[in-house]
Amino acid sequence: MGITATVPGKVHITLKVNGEEMEVSFAPYKTLLEVLREDLGLTGTKHGCELGECGACAVLVDGAPLLSCLTLAIECEGRAIETIEGLANGPELHPLQEAFADLGGSQCGYCTPGAIMTAKALLDNEPEPSSQRIKEAMAGNLCRCTGYQQIVESVEKAAGCCRHAERVKA
Amino acid sequence: MNAKKKLEVVGKSRRRVDARAKVTGLARFADDLTLPRMLHCKLLRSPHPHAIIEAIDVDKARAYPGVHLVLTGKDFPVPFGIMPVAQDEYPLAPERVRYVGDPVAAVIARDEKTAEEALELIQVTYRPLPTIASPQEGLEQPETRIHDYGEQGNIHRNQSYEFGDVEAALAASDHVFEDVFFYEGNNHMAMEQQASLAHIEGDGKLTLSSSTQNPHYLHRQMARALQMPASQIRVIACQNGGGFGGKCDPAGHEIVVSKAALMLGRPVKICLTRQEVFYQHRGRHPILMKFRTGVSKDGKLTAVHLQTLLDGGAYGSHGPASTFYSGVLTPVTYELPRFKFEACRVFTNKPACGPKRGHGTPQPRFGQEVQLDKIAAKLGLDPAEMRLNMVTQADSLTANWLKIGSNGLAECIRQVVERSGWKDKHGKLPEGRGIGIACSTYMSGAGVSIYWNKMPHSGVQLLLDRSGQVTVMCGATEVGQGSDDVLAAIVAEVLGIDTSVVRCVTGDTGLTPVDLGSYSSRVTVMMGNAAMEAAGRVHELITAAAAEQLDTLPEQVVMSQGRVFAADNPNHGMSFVEAVVLAETKFGTLGAVGNYSPPKQPGKYKGSGVGPSPAYSFSACVVETEVDRATGMVHIPKIWVAHDIGRAINAVHARGQVIGGVYMGLSEALMEEQAFRRLPPKLSAALVHRIPSMLEYKTLTALDMPDVEVMLVEDPDPNCPFGAKEAGQGPLLPVMPAVANAIWDAVGVRIDEVPITPDKILRALVLKREGKTPRIGPESFPEVPYPESVFVLPPGEGGDGNESKNVSRPSAQSSQSSHSRMEVTAS
Repeated sequence: MGITATVPGKVHITLKVNGEEMEVSFAPYKTLLEVLREDLGLTGTKHGCELGECGACAVLVDGAPLLSCLTLAIECEGRAIETIEGLANGPELHPLQEAFADLGGSQCGYCTPGAIMTAKALLDNEPEPSSQRIKEAMAGNLCRCTGYQQIVESVEKAAGCCRHAERVKA
Repeated sequence: MNAKKKLEVVGKSRRRVDARAKVTGLARFADDLTLPRMLHCKLLRSPHPHAIIEAIDVDKARAYPGVHLVLTGKDFPVPFGIMPVAQDEYPLAPERVRYVGDPVAAVIARDEKTAEEALELIQVTYRPLPTIASPQEGLEQPETRIHDYGEQGNIHRNQSYEFGDVEAALAASDHVFEDVFFYEGNNHMAMEQQASLAHIEGDGKLTLSSSTQNPHYLHRQMARALQMPASQIRVIACQNGGGFGGKCDPAGHEIVVSKAALMLGRPVKICLTRQEVFYQHRGRHPILMKFRTGVSKDGKLTAVHLQTLLDGGAYGSHGPASTFYSGVLTPVTYELPRFKFEACRVFTNKPACGPKRGHGTPQPRFGQEVQLDKIAAKLGLDPAEMRLNMVTQADSLTANWLKIGSNGLAECIRQVVERSGWKDKHGKLPEGRGIGIACSTYMSGAGVSIYWNKMPHSGVQLLLDRSGQVTVMCGATEVGQGSDDVLAAIVAEVLGIDTSVVRCVTGDTGLTPVDLGSYSSRVTVMMGNAAMEAAGRVHELITAAAAEQLDTLPEQVVMSQGRVFAADNPNHGMSFVEAVVLAETKFGTLGAVGNYSPPKQPGKYKGSGVGPSPAYSFSACVVETEVDRATGMVHIPKIWVAHDIGRAINAVHARGQVIGGVYMGLSEALMEEQAFRRLPPKLSAALVHRIPSMLEYKTLTALDMPDVEVMLVEDPDPNCPFGAKEAGQGPLLPVMPAVANAIWDAVGVRIDEVPITPDKILRALVLKREGKTPRIGPESFPEVPYPESVFVLPPGEGGDGNESKNVSRPSAQSSQSSHSRMEVTAS
């Protein structure tokens, strides 16, 4: 690295987002949500309250779903951050994205990134969740459009697809 | 289209056209937009519910480092409002504030934090005024006027209509039932907080990108409030993160950032906090209702006298329409020979109420459907059978002159009764478990525009070129309901192509033909019909050009699955792209416009413009409940809903709209409350929102939501594109009363108000144990100075749709008249 100028009132760190190392300078009080959206241009992560109430800002940090509006970005140095932008593999959508698109899991789409990331954490840890487990896992992600039913159906379908893909690989 | 083909796109379950953007995070909502040199805006809001602004000192804020501009009410001399008769709001209050949260000043700074810090430096001197917390207080204290316009005192709108002699019909009825109900206000709580970005284009014109359901009406109000030609303003409705009516009103902040961008020549953005969204509100009106209903002994309605009292909040908003909607659709669900409807909207010092999903209709639907349940119980009738015996008929006129087209309500009732096992459950489940039914009707688009004009309600423009690309442009606005997908599907169906070939450009006043907006469930019918017309014209051009090549008649040419061929020789044809090339060769640059205006309605009396619709949807709902008698907690294991949609354009998303409506209705029924409290006088006596946060404003989560079984009843309506009626609002309406009726069936208590919370159920159960009337709800309906009724003879009594003057009838104020058969059904 060359010379790193220190900007007064800002910290300069490297964040690992969707597998990429990203250098970023920001005021130290900024939340991960703000740094993702405002400093890294990753506006896929949404906000509905900025108080940790709605789940729209959920991202994965070291594989666990976390409310980015309640997390300071400086706490995330060296940790693996996953956002909705990193989920698809090139043009190929993740099974959760496929299922949400096909089964009506997304209507206005505003809660969708947070809901999908939360569901991903669930399926990464529990490949065969019951619908009750899915509802429990998604209970912190508010949605005003779908009535949740098609979200739960989407996660169930994606779980089946993920398991199928694993079997094919094996 | 002459050469008939089976539907290939419409009716199928398809991935909607905007799904990929939404699941990848690429969909751009207003707050996702940034521009170089962008500044940020924050608003200073009033801490007083009612006060005169004696002085505002902004000098310190202006001098604060990083602040570029401070605006106050002086900068906005012209008021605005969505309805021409209620333009009573200023972007920033100039001399008086009317609710806690009324914006009084704006700071535009380099970032939000700086703007917030500068807000603290603004000194406002207020002189507090007496406050009005409820419509009752507003009626009792006319001398404390919130506005100096309106009917009188604090009455904003006051009206009375009588269709046939209702008192005579009630007097001749076998039974008369009288009930009072209350429905608390609630907020849309769309997941996206409103955001707006204004900037000046290179050509000097203003562009506003915003969270709005109605870019057209916003465009008009911006021109008015900014005193600019509308041609110099472009409004872009971004992807909306839900609307539900909350983004229908033009909002002060949209005008503030526009003015700031004009003054500074730089982009200016604002994003409301969640608390600000609760105060911006425009949600469900709290309504107190009284139903006096006459019935024959076999359970048919003879007459309804409905009185409503609306808590309007501090501004007009859609209030004049809301007032009408608190009653006008009542006669559409069941046959009702005579109907009297009195409604009054009162200003209060709280955030303005406006349209929320169902706009004015859920409240009287709740009242009527719960009262019908009581009537059925009293008369010993099955509530489902009683309803089935009096549903309105297709192609009929209501007492208030609304023309009903297709009508699938009877089929909806039959299906929910069948699927829910109603006959084995109603009145037969063990104590603590119950089942309830309710029905409803909604419009598929308001028949009259919000401002008077004779121009189309929706316009669509299609552009095609030799590449084979099809671009469809329409002012209709995607709020999450799937309007872009409906637009693409209709064009694709007519042109025999896949929706992936169609590019939608919507909700942009700079590019798209006018569509009035995403409200009143109008988009599928109005935009859809306009799209049918535009696509039909293009279909004619392409088939004419292709017919020459195929050596056949244009009527014989079929466009299907991306191919264009002769009906009698499907193998002899060409690709869609080749056909477009032929058409462009023959006719020149290819395109067409289409537009739609609703049919003329038979009602001619003043006020008949609210209620008519090209088509009405119908819904029936059965709810099963389990009530915990120790805690009052209600568990809903399952809901069955049948919706007469005419035809589903996209089956998976039509089902999604229905479930979403049921969810929102259930959430309102059980917990949602936009309620206010007075702070102690020594603190300020301010009226503040009890719970302006998503944590405390309770809504159902994934864990709380029951299984919903959806039945789509498809009886295509001839006024609608491919027969498709609305699905966005209607299915919400029957849920609340079905819950109340199921609780009665479970534990024998009546909760005559929404929300139905555990404390109310517990209190009713205590009353029941004490041998008192097991009912919680409003005890009485106040004296409201309704005006003399406009009297209109119903169609069945020789009327012509006009007001009948000089008809002898009982006094308009005879609502308390007593007669021997009056029964007060407060149980």
